[in-house]
Amino acid sequence: MSRQISGRPVLRVSLFITCYNDTLFPNTGKAVVRVLERLGHTVDFPAGQTCCGQMHWNTGYQAEALPLLSRFVEQFRGAEAVVVPSSSCVAMMRDHYPKMAEELADVKLKAEVAELLPNVYEFSEFLTKRLGLEDVGAYYPHRVTYHASCHGLRNLGLGDGPQRLLKAVRGIDLVEIAGLEQCCGFGGTFAVKNAEVSSAMLAEKTTAILNTKAEACTACDNSCLMHIQGALHRQRTGVQTVHLAEILAGDEVGA
Amino acid sequence: MSGTALDPRTAPTFPMAALTAMGDTQLRKNVRHATDVIQAKRARVVNEMPDWQALRESGKQIRQHTMEHLDYYLEEFEKNCTAAGGVVHWARDAAEARQIIVTLVKGLGATEVIKIKSMTTEEIQLNTALEAAGVHAYETDLAELIIQLGHDQPSHIVVPALHKNRQQIREIFKREMNLPELGESPQDLADAARTFLREKFLRVKTGVSGANFLIAETGGVCVVESEGNGRMCLTLPETLITVAGIDKVVPRFADLEVLLQLLPRSATGERMNPYNSVWTGVDVNGDGPKAFHVILMDNARTEILGDLEGRQTLNCIRCGACQNACPVYRQTGGHAYGSVYAGPIGAILTPQLQQMHHSQSLPYASSLCGACYEVCPVKINIPEVLIHLRNKVVKQNGMLNPEALAMRMMGIIFKSEGKFRAAQRLGRMAEAPLVRKDGRGQGWIGWLPGLLGGWTQVRDLQSMPEETFRDWWEKRESSKKQGVPRG
Amino acid sequence: MASGMIGSAREVVLGRIRAAKGPAASAEVVQAGWDGVRRDYQRSARHSQAEVIELLIDRLHDYDAQVMEVARGEVASAVTKMMTARGVRRLVVPAGLSAELLVEGFEFVVDEGLSAAELNTVDGVVTECTVAIAETGTIVLQNVPGQGRRAVSLVPDYHLCIVNVANVVETVPEAMDKLAPTACFATTFISGPSATADIEMTRIKGVHGPRFLDVILVG
Repeated sequence: MSRQISGRPVLRVSLFITCYNDTLFPNTGKAVVRVLERLGHTVDFPAGQTCCGQMHWNTGYQAEALPLLSRFVEQFRGAEAVVVPSSSCVAMMRDHYPKMAEELADVKLKAEVAELLPNVYEFSEFLTKRLGLEDVGAYYPHRVTYHASCHGLRNLGLGDGPQRLLKAVRGIDLVEIAGLEQCCGFGGTFAVKNAEVSSAMLAEKTTAILNTKAEACTACDNSCLMHIQGALHRQRTGVQTVHLAEILAGDEVGA
Repeated sequence: MSGTALDPRTAPTFPMAALTAMGDTQLRKNVRHATDVIQAKRARVVNEMPDWQALRESGKQIRQHTMEHLDYYLEEFEKNCTAAGGVVHWARDAAEARQIIVTLVKGLGATEVIKIKSMTTEEIQLNTALEAAGVHAYETDLAELIIQLGHDQPSHIVVPALHKNRQQIREIFKREMNLPELGESPQDLADAARTFLREKFLRVKTGVSGANFLIAETGGVCVVESEGNGRMCLTLPETLITVAGIDKVVPRFADLEVLLQLLPRSATGERMNPYNSVWTGVDVNGDGPKAFHVILMDNARTEILGDLEGRQTLNCIRCGACQNACPVYRQTGGHAYGSVYAGPIGAILTPQLQQMHHSQSLPYASSLCGACYEVCPVKINIPEVLIHLRNKVVKQNGMLNPEALAMRMMGIIFKSEGKFRAAQRLGRMAEAPLVRKDGRGQGWIGWLPGLLGGWTQVRDLQSMPEETFRDWWEKRESSKKQGVPRG
Repeated sequence: MASGMIGSAREVVLGRIRAAKGPAASAEVVQAGWDGVRRDYQRSARHSQAEVIELLIDRLHDYDAQVMEVARGEVASAVTKMMTARGVRRLVVPAGLSAELLVEGFEFVVDEGLSAAELNTVDGVVTECTVAIAETGTIVLQNVPGQGRRAVSLVPDYHLCIVNVANVVETVPEAMDKLAPTACFATTFISGPSATADIEMTRIKGVHGPRFLDVILVG
């Protein structure tokens, strides 16, 4: 590695934005790019990327999910690091891609998946585990509570990584939510297939958020946040949701 | 909930049943309270065990190994139990198990039996069959007594009456035990049960139980309980009839050193539950019943064994920790699952016991949050099995229903970048009539049609932004190439 | 039912199992599989014997048991003290109970196959135990002299258990090791008095088994 930033190698990061961030939350992607470039790394965006297949796989449409595996591998083959601002999509890849490759009985694909997966990181995980950072030079003068998405918490084992990143943000007033480990009730198609139960779970989560008196709720997953924001807006609470990357992208210049 | 047994074959779908359950404010309060208390107790006694993860791994491996050699261990159990004076029966299904038990009881000329709480007897609806044959079964576990006297159904594997609070229990006891002056403290209620049942324990000559573990090495049986009602039923009658799923066998006595640590801490949050009984056949020194029968029942367990991904379901030791941890169960309680096996384990066990002919909505009764897997003492990856079963349901339903068509269309869209971009543009156009701007100019959708209507029932949906991420990225890249300063 | 039918159910179920997971394996293969199970959990004591005894006492107190620690020569007076404090007079004892435990001033009925109804008339029971587990506060009784039939330690409302400190272990695996040679005997693990949490998760002592359990540690 030729270039270095204060002793650390400069990485060429390939961004897997995910289908719903691309479509609904472009600001999260822009924030990821801003943070990574501010840290001195370079970002590329393989144009042929679409979706990891999670929605299909988790709903039971395995046949529809399988082709998306080869597509992902084609797009990101040989990447130095793949960064994904969605914990559930990374969980999908880690938990199911090896098995999917097995199911496709494709030896070459299986080997490629095995080689690629260790280089795939959820965004906060990339900062804390791969780069070993906590302070990324952010400024965000607001009262914020952190929602631990289930896939980040349990499948990826993010631990307190995201909170450590948040604690290092200048100006932030970080307040802990009650029932941190309890699901918000999104669960992908669960939110429409079991809308009543999902709503009841969501009610407990928004109550916990409102009890923190935060201005914003953040997470490593816009899918939970879309669900939470949906209720916070319906109730006209004035509380925002914001992806972790967007907080970390904030700086005094941009503020 | 009426007295009709929970039967997956006739139960409404989970979303329908959940709607009914969630209308019961008292039930929801009771369930939230009970699951909060057990979870906290469990966490305390699990966290004091530095080797908990090692125990879980051993528990999983013991159960996995047992399933790989289930035939071997069942035959070994049969041989050793028989040698110790027990009589071993085999049952292909619930009907055969019921028939064996009814025949045995009738053969003794008995008109009543005392019973230990057993999910297996609930699964096969034994009490109904006994009543039909003129035999009354007295449930002796406090919770099961509450259920029986209240003409109710169990809603939890370990704490079947967790959906009832003390006032509701008092009403049932007052009425059914004819105790108009009964107090409402838990102690008063437990004392009433003690008095009500003691006479039955001393009188009834036939006991019926389930089993927590069948020990192949010795032919012994282990039952784990708290109240002493189990010991009464196992010890005092002249005849004991135990019915167990074939999945309940464990290889050796020594394996209990793992399972007896995992089970109580996970189930009730105790370091050890008050009583574990282990007995082997008929005791030569006259300790306990003079006759002992055990029924080894399949009832679709071999179907589950044959499915490599579903097989881990059989590793379950019925601790109920997944139910207490489940955020879905927390909202609905157990009856919504339409089966005596509720919660996450029920969502995977019930459809498989029904050989996927019924309960197809249960694998979807989960947000896949993984809390169940995290607490499972034998590391059953419940989310993984749920997804596996969802795939089976999708295959059953065919590709012509609206959901499947939409999924297939999305599948085609994701296969090509061009189609994906076209769909993004199309989506923006399609949603336009539904979008309303808020004070900051942000668009919101408050109502969605069809399958997506569930979303907007309590949530708004942010409208799609003007520019996708990839559009932005392309513009930025091309401006970089043209040397325009980026902004 | 006809025996032919039982036989056929047996063959059908075993046949289904083999169809599901493969043909029967040899005893050697099964043994090797069992030997291969990982057992990285704690299987021996981590603490000194004195600490283990302390732990047992702490756990028993958790269950609201009264505990006395006495030297070998002081057992009789401890038994008298415990039983007097509990106000029991007439106690059942299993055959083979150490004679020194049959103290003056109480009536002892030796169990020679008493009926449940007869057991229901005594105030309590005195037994010894095979092993006690400190980590879980458990005493384990087997159907041997001095411990007796299971019903004897069940039906009376009060249970006084005499535990020799030499039989106290720290962990469950150590206890299972000790029990292994007599694994076929009727065995009862007792952890505190009978209890339930079926009503609003409130722990209530004493449902059907003895409501009071006391322990005297001798050593």
